[in-house]
Amino acid sequence: MAATTRPDLPNGIVAIVKHDCPTCVLVEPVLAALADDQQFTVYVQDDPAFPASIPGRIHDEDLAVSWHHDIETVPTLLRVENGVETARTVGWHRASWAKLTERSDLGADLPEMRPGCGSLSVDPDRHAELLVRFGGSVLHSRRIELAALEDVSEAMFDRGWTDGLPVVPPTEARVLQMLEGTTRAPDDVVAVVPPDLAECTVEKVAVNAVMAGCRPEYLPVVLTALEAVCNDTFNMHGVLATTMPVGPVLVVNGPIRRRIGMNSGKNVLGQGNRANLTIGRAVQLVVRNVGGGRPGDVDRSTHGNPGKLSFCFAEDEEASPWEPLCTEFGFAAGTDTVTAFAGEGPKVITDQLARDPEELCRSYAAALAGMHHPKLVLGFEAFLVVGPDHARLFAEAGWSKAQTVERIVELTTRPGRELVRGAGGIAEGLPESFADAEIPKFRPGGLKLVHAGGGAGLFAMMIGGWVAGSMGSDQVCRQVTS
Amino acid sequence: MSVTTVLDPTNEARPAEWSRRERPASIEGRVIGLLDISKPRGNIFLDRLQTRLEERGATVERYAKPTFTKPAPVDLRHEISTKCDLVIEALAD
Repeated sequence: MAATTRPDLPNGIVAIVKHDCPTCVLVEPVLAALADDQQFTVYVQDDPAFPASIPGRIHDEDLAVSWHHDIETVPTLLRVENGVETARTVGWHRASWAKLTERSDLGADLPEMRPGCGSLSVDPDRHAELLVRFGGSVLHSRRIELAALEDVSEAMFDRGWTDGLPVVPPTEARVLQMLEGTTRAPDDVVAVVPPDLAECTVEKVAVNAVMAGCRPEYLPVVLTALEAVCNDTFNMHGVLATTMPVGPVLVVNGPIRRRIGMNSGKNVLGQGNRANLTIGRAVQLVVRNVGGGRPGDVDRSTHGNPGKLSFCFAEDEEASPWEPLCTEFGFAAGTDTVTAFAGEGPKVITDQLARDPEELCRSYAAALAGMHHPKLVLGFEAFLVVGPDHARLFAEAGWSKAQTVERIVELTTRPGRELVRGAGGIAEGLPESFADAEIPKFRPGGLKLVHAGGGAGLFAMMIGGWVAGSMGSDQVCRQVTS
Repeated sequence: MSVTTVLDPTNEARPAEWSRRERPASIEGRVIGLLDISKPRGNIFLDRLQTRLEERGATVERYAKPTFTKPAPVDLRHEISTKCDLVIEALAD
């Protein structure tokens, strides 16, 4: 049985070596000399017969000593006093060994220094195995054994754990590797996830992130996204339960976009980028598996939309004529953030002839006015994802983001008389009491511009929202922490 | 092929099976809570239900969620569970 707790080291001088390391072989005479007159212990990682000159050598066969004492290089030489490490040196460096051992006569015929080799306990090929051996006890999730004759993918479909696409089996090794993507403790509660209002730990998020196909470095974004949606402001419960075709739309800002390889360019809202797709998918899998939110149960959406599998993308901040989205929520540009918006599927606005911002705003307004229904106003919000070719028109004319939004909102403002029930022969609409007012499509803050998309194409994409405000969902932006 | 051990991705709160509570033999003299989730026109359905239940000797208590888009507040759930023998939650759409 491998030691899952840190084994104590003996007092005196302790060396950790492996036979497969030329530097360890080189220093064997030094080790023999130390064994003559000191309280001295040698741990060998690979060959129990090495070093032959040290009869009392100990085979660190399961690498428990090396793992728990963070040995990264062999040879490592330690001084241990009263059970506590007080000094450490790695590789062979005569002066350092002399200082640590308080002996100046060591290795006189050896070169002045030789770098060491990698410890077996940090061997990438063994990393997952060692994580499970020594770190598995931190995982509290129920273990489920899938029999040898079961097809693992089919077994996970059968248990209802997937969104209809295959998932990666969440083995202990994969989940432990996923947890290396965050400094947060596995038992730390991230969110209370609707509809079951279940407390969700970092570990459960990691399990679902593995299934979604995330890499460990995506985990902080997944954790932040869950914090952003599982609260009364965003109202994930309502977003899930509504008959409308909406789900969380996640926009990522800050340097982390580039660090984890997110797409903000060509096909930004489409397929092909692992980070974009798996982060959004992990959030949805947590809602499904931890929250218990499944289509046909509490998810009552009439049609849904493909974005309910995953809808996550990065803003192209570098080429944007405007300040990034996160600044509208009080965060400085350059902050790693996730913004959550309850949105439906994206729709294109094509305008290939506009040559100034005013013309473009008119096209945007005409399209946005029809969002949900031309006669339904103020109740719904929208994200407008402006592509680089359109954005250039605003940049060249010096239009700020606020000015652009203001103009679009002006252009969507219509007389209440045209919007009330029955107007235009359409029953849908506002109560008659609005007939004499001038009414904008969007409430203040209800229209957000995001810069993203490929470098060719005179298009913008509009993403319509769900019921805005305290009866529905408000946009939430959270800072990503490691 | 060998056994693959995976970690349960769910909240692990769901028991293997639920057992139904026994149906009451009669609703006479029972307090029945009617919870309106606050969808439009749900009250019309509940008004009718209340009339029918009262004809059969039940006492009806009416409740409503503040909004259908969010879970019922804890206090409301607690009040219903302490005051009522039975509860009917109505969804209209």
